[in-house]
Amino acid sequence: MLNITGVSKTFNPGTVNENTVLRDVSVHLKEGDFVTLIGGNGAGKSTLLNVVAGVFNIDTGSVVIDNSDVTSLPEHKRAAVLGRVFQDPMMGTAANMGIEENLALAYRRGKPRTLKWGVTHKEKGMYRDLLERLELGLEDRLNVKVGLLSGGQRQALTLLMATLKKPKVLLLDEHTAALDPKTAVKVLEISEQLISDNNLTTLMVTHNMRDAIKHGNRLIMMHEGRIVLDINGEEKKRLTVEDLLKRFGRASGAEFSDDRALLS
Amino acid sequence: MKWVNLIMLDIILGAISLGLLWAVMTVGVFITYRVLNIADLTVEGSIAMGAAIAAKGITVGLNPFISTFIALLGGMVAGLCTGLLHTRLKIPALLSGILTMIALWSVNLRIMGKANISLLRMVTVYSPFEKLGLDKTNSIILLGVLCTAGIISSLYWFFGTEIGSAIRATGNNPHMVRAQGINTDTTIILGLVLSNGLVATSGALIAQSQGYADVQMGTGAIVIGLASVIIGEVLFGKKNFYTRLISLVLGAVTYRVIIALVLKMGMPANDLKLFTAVTVAVALSLPVFKQYLAPIKKSVKGVE
Repeated sequence: MLNITGVSKTFNPGTVNENTVLRDVSVHLKEGDFVTLIGGNGAGKSTLLNVVAGVFNIDTGSVVIDNSDVTSLPEHKRAAVLGRVFQDPMMGTAANMGIEENLALAYRRGKPRTLKWGVTHKEKGMYRDLLERLELGLEDRLNVKVGLLSGGQRQALTLLMATLKKPKVLLLDEHTAALDPKTAVKVLEISEQLISDNNLTTLMVTHNMRDAIKHGNRLIMMHEGRIVLDINGEEKKRLTVEDLLKRFGRASGAEFSDDRALLS
Repeated sequence: MKWVNLIMLDIILGAISLGLLWAVMTVGVFITYRVLNIADLTVEGSIAMGAAIAAKGITVGLNPFISTFIALLGGMVAGLCTGLLHTRLKIPALLSGILTMIALWSVNLRIMGKANISLLRMVTVYSPFEKLGLDKTNSIILLGVLCTAGIISSLYWFFGTEIGSAIRATGNNPHMVRAQGINTDTTIILGLVLSNGLVATSGALIAQSQGYADVQMGTGAIVIGLASVIIGEVLFGKKNFYTRLISLVLGAVTYRVIIALVLKMGMPANDLKLFTAVTVAVALSLPVFKQYLAPIKKSVKGVE
């Protein structure tokens, strides 16, 4: 479903700030794969996600989504087949617009915008039903401005928006990192539910080793712009944090040094 | 005593008529400043451009309504220029607006062929109303009300459509808008085109009401627009989009009435721009003052 092949990216080449964040990275996701992507700071996880989303151009390599090469497509054109949730709960929604208006914008993802009414009556009922399933009490607040919601509520809404029109690939960029632990668990539950309900191909970046192990059917670990571990199926199910740290040390020749990942 | 009241009434009616024409421009400023979150200085050039096109059109014998319509198109082109400079050439929005504004100065002189054109005794968009027996001020008020009502209803409709929603979201959060598959370059350009079209229309209407077009008439227009937007928001609220649009018109009218009153009270006309600038500066800094005042208010309440 998603083929990332031989991607390299260097920021600010030829300057003192030159920074190579991806070195010849290749990842291939099958339809329905739920991959967790983990690594320390500066490992290149978020950059890899942005490469798929088309936030910037890449130096080498290609990105193919469902057999169509999107390498040279700008961000807004790729969005037609992608669902995205960002780390910052503010990033995924328009704060001054209502819940239903935000959902309506997402419902038309990939379609040309016309002079038809922005939210139809029929949609409102559908949004109410979908929001009801989140169990956050948002179904009765369709007209409330999103800026008035909590971070967790906004993130849950962004998840719903990202999956409202079934994306070919769902990109979750540390989408629970800015939430308190209890809310993070709830948002992860919602993610899991939406992903399995729609059988979505998903790439989830996380700092949290336990989350990376608990969720998904495949785990990829990155270090200094390279993929150092790729653990699948039964092997992943038996994985523990200790195993992961040991294997990371062997594969990368370095100690895993990210307090945030270890402590949480 | 009675004739003093009549003079006051006259001044206020005059202010209302002028306010209604400037309200069209205020709506334009609102679209860039509040909806797109861009301070667009193009308006200083496009308001004069609207006046220049309408005046030139009328003096060469075109129908005043057609001249005003061409002014609208001219303003839209000016907005398009700023939009292209900003989105395609990645020049910061403020600077893009300044560039177009400066360029328009020369363009406006070219259009008019001189620094100002008189429209005295010419047929204007107000003439048909005067023929019905209304005096000049009432004709302006009537046309102003019709215009603003038409603009408010069409904008209310437009910003409720899919394209309109996309423009509103762009000013809110461009990342999110791109993630929903919308080209934010297009929405920004659309907003600027719409805004400057309205501003130029306003310029055309103002020129015809005052009887001349002048290349300088745009100077300070952005500040007047902002003042009207803010006065409208503070006095008449911003509950939903509909009330916001109405409050723009009321804000523009209130601004003109305030100006007329302070002039009547004896403020020299030369100080007008200083007065406006200070008003806007104070209004824009209200949130900061509120922040300073909040702890004081709390401690006062705590004592009670």
